[in-house]
Amino acid sequence: MITAALTFATGCFGLGLLFNLWRIATGPDSADRILALDTMVINIIALLILYGMWQGTTVYYEASMLVAMVGFVSSVAYCRFVLRGDIIE
Amino acid sequence: MDLVSEFLISFFLVVAGIFGLVGSFGMIKLRDTMQRLHAPTKATTLGVGGVLIGSMLYFLLVKGMFSFHELLITLFLFLTAPITANFIAKTFMQANLHQSDLPGTESEYGWSIYQDPPERSEED
Repeated sequence: MITAALTFATGCFGLGLLFNLWRIATGPDSADRILALDTMVINIIALLILYGMWQGTTVYYEASMLVAMVGFVSSVAYCRFVLRGDIIE
Repeated sequence: MDLVSEFLISFFLVVAGIFGLVGSFGMIKLRDTMQRLHAPTKATTLGVGGVLIGSMLYFLLVKGMFSFHELLITLFLFLTAPITANFIAKTFMQANLHQSDLPGTESEYGWSIYQDPPERSEED
């Protein structure tokens, strides 16, 4: 039952990644693209943790923690660049 | 492993998958950027929280080891999602809205994206 639930959740988050990719391709504004990239990072964190459960190892927590931190910093840096034309003033 | 723990883990995983899918589907379904801001920042964050709870229960109940990392990731995501949403809203407002479209702030200072920060007073 856990295997079926894992497959279902992986399919859901993978489909979500496709939706985000669509929004990145067609987004009318740069704010849409930043939002889609941030959502992609969150979906990839979920996929990493699901893969770690699939393999039965806890190694992927460190990887997802790093992805979360890098994703947050990159989203904020991208927003700062669009807002002010510079990242660190 | 007993049936109850298996059912509990599967429930959390399925609910997390549905929330994640709804959050990403809102990205293509909703019409406006400000509307689209709602879907990923709330539903997808909740979906990742569900995955992390399911993973914690899995390693606790099935593998028999307790790991604290998931709570750390959940806390980090729940702290950073509003900050990112606020920055994206500011980016959208700066690019698409004029100051005359917005109501007044009813305070001494105006909107922070249109006005420079106030001068620091000498008493501080």
